[in-house]
Amino acid sequence: MAADMINWGLLALEPPGWGGVLLAGLMNSIKIALGGYSLGLVLGTGGAFGKLYGGPVVRDLMEVYTTLVRAVPELVLILLLYYAGTDLLNRASAALGFGSIDISGLAAGIFVIGVVQGAYSTEVLRGAILAVPGGQIEAARAFGMSPLMIMRRVTMPAMLPHALPGLSNLWLICTKDTALLAVVGFSELTLVTRQAAGTTKAYMLFFCAAGALYLLLTLVSSLVIRLIEARARRGWSAR
Amino acid sequence: MSREQRAATPETRIELPPEESTVDATALTALPSGRALLKPHRIALMAVGAGIVFCAAWFMRWDWLPNYAGAIVWGVGVTLAMLASTSILGFFLAVPLGLAQVTGPWWLCVPARGFCTVIRGTPLLLQLWLLYFGLGSLFPQFPEIRQSFLWPYLREAWPYGVAALTFSFAAYEGEVMRGAFAGVPRGELEAARAYGMSRWKLFWRIWLPRAVHRALPTLNGEMVLQLKATPLVATITVIDVYAVVSKVRQVTFLTYEPLLLLALIYLILTALLVAGFRYFEKRLPTWSA
Repeated sequence: MAADMINWGLLALEPPGWGGVLLAGLMNSIKIALGGYSLGLVLGTGGAFGKLYGGPVVRDLMEVYTTLVRAVPELVLILLLYYAGTDLLNRASAALGFGSIDISGLAAGIFVIGVVQGAYSTEVLRGAILAVPGGQIEAARAFGMSPLMIMRRVTMPAMLPHALPGLSNLWLICTKDTALLAVVGFSELTLVTRQAAGTTKAYMLFFCAAGALYLLLTLVSSLVIRLIEARARRGWSAR
Repeated sequence: MSREQRAATPETRIELPPEESTVDATALTALPSGRALLKPHRIALMAVGAGIVFCAAWFMRWDWLPNYAGAIVWGVGVTLAMLASTSILGFFLAVPLGLAQVTGPWWLCVPARGFCTVIRGTPLLLQLWLLYFGLGSLFPQFPEIRQSFLWPYLREAWPYGVAALTFSFAAYEGEVMRGAFAGVPRGELEAARAYGMSRWKLFWRIWLPRAVHRALPTLNGEMVLQLKATPLVATITVIDVYAVVSKVRQVTFLTYEPLLLLALIYLILTALLVAGFRYFEKRLPTWSA
């Protein structure tokens, strides 16, 4: 009886089914996750180095940034950044005489997720950099390397194995945080799932299908993460 | 398991990275200390901050605040009730989840591990909507459920919110409990066994208290993460503080002011939570290992 109640045809890829729409939503989610994560890594690297090696003002500003982002729910931050970001950009372009511009949802989503992820990866990378033995950095300095070269040749490669567990968790958090963009109306996987379910009234089927897609993304990611970790730790003795 | 055995075990099962490695990075778990506050650059920064706050208070519209103060306080109460109930329920669910994964037979271990993987691998928003819209649309089709005493509650939104948040907390904390149970030194369990304790007594007197004690430091971060997850229940029509503020935004057409107030409220709640945990952690005996 239960088998008859499920209309698998709804998941077909062609238009009467909604499978294609779901996959397009998944692609949007992955795009935002990749973009936001990369932006977050850039912000996080800057933030971590600023927090560790910056002047007193830079350190305090970084502390304020990470404290605020870690204490306020992502949903609230996403709303604030989404409206504030698009509003500021519009006003800036109006002031420069370009008129109001249409900001794509993708760019706004990447910006929002990136700023949130930036604070998280600041903390992860800061801890990882602290785990690099100070003698290695001193040795590099004694060789006369410039700070940038020390960062590129010593700090970054040496901290990577320490940072990887945290960074891989952040990637998984990032893929799940993209679902929050449904609240601001960006058509990523969760929102298109809700639309599909609302249209067809097959709520269970679509939400379970979307859950399976998210789970697939997570499991494939964790497989790739394990390969990367194995490579980053190839010099370490087996624990 | 000895070191050689562990090295020989083929690592075939996919495991998500340990939860503890990022809790501190994603949740505020320590308040900045106020001791070094009186440095010149900090005073300057605080003056700038005070200027920004003054501008926000002076130039933005706050005349709606008195009308909604009662609703906002009520919303904060709902948020806190959600946080407390789901954390407590979730923790009680996490203990068997962790235990089953460490020592259970395979027919308990596999479902527990699957539960943790599925919940940790999918967004909470999706789980919430699956429960509310999915189960909510399924339940009315069964006359047994509609005639049961639970029906008046199942027609409301909050049981689904509590369920989703509880499962989420249980899955994340269950991973922590798994590590905590596995990390209790073998010698202590062996000593208990040598004293002739039964398995049941050993569990209640040694294993569980030691595991809970090991897991306590993670509770702070998990509770902050749970607080940050509560506004999601507003999407299924539970009227928490986030929903109240959304309502204010719809009625007054203001974009920023209510959201800034909301961020401030969550900031204060997080700070109170962290300060409370610090107070209690100081009173807990902290023996080593």
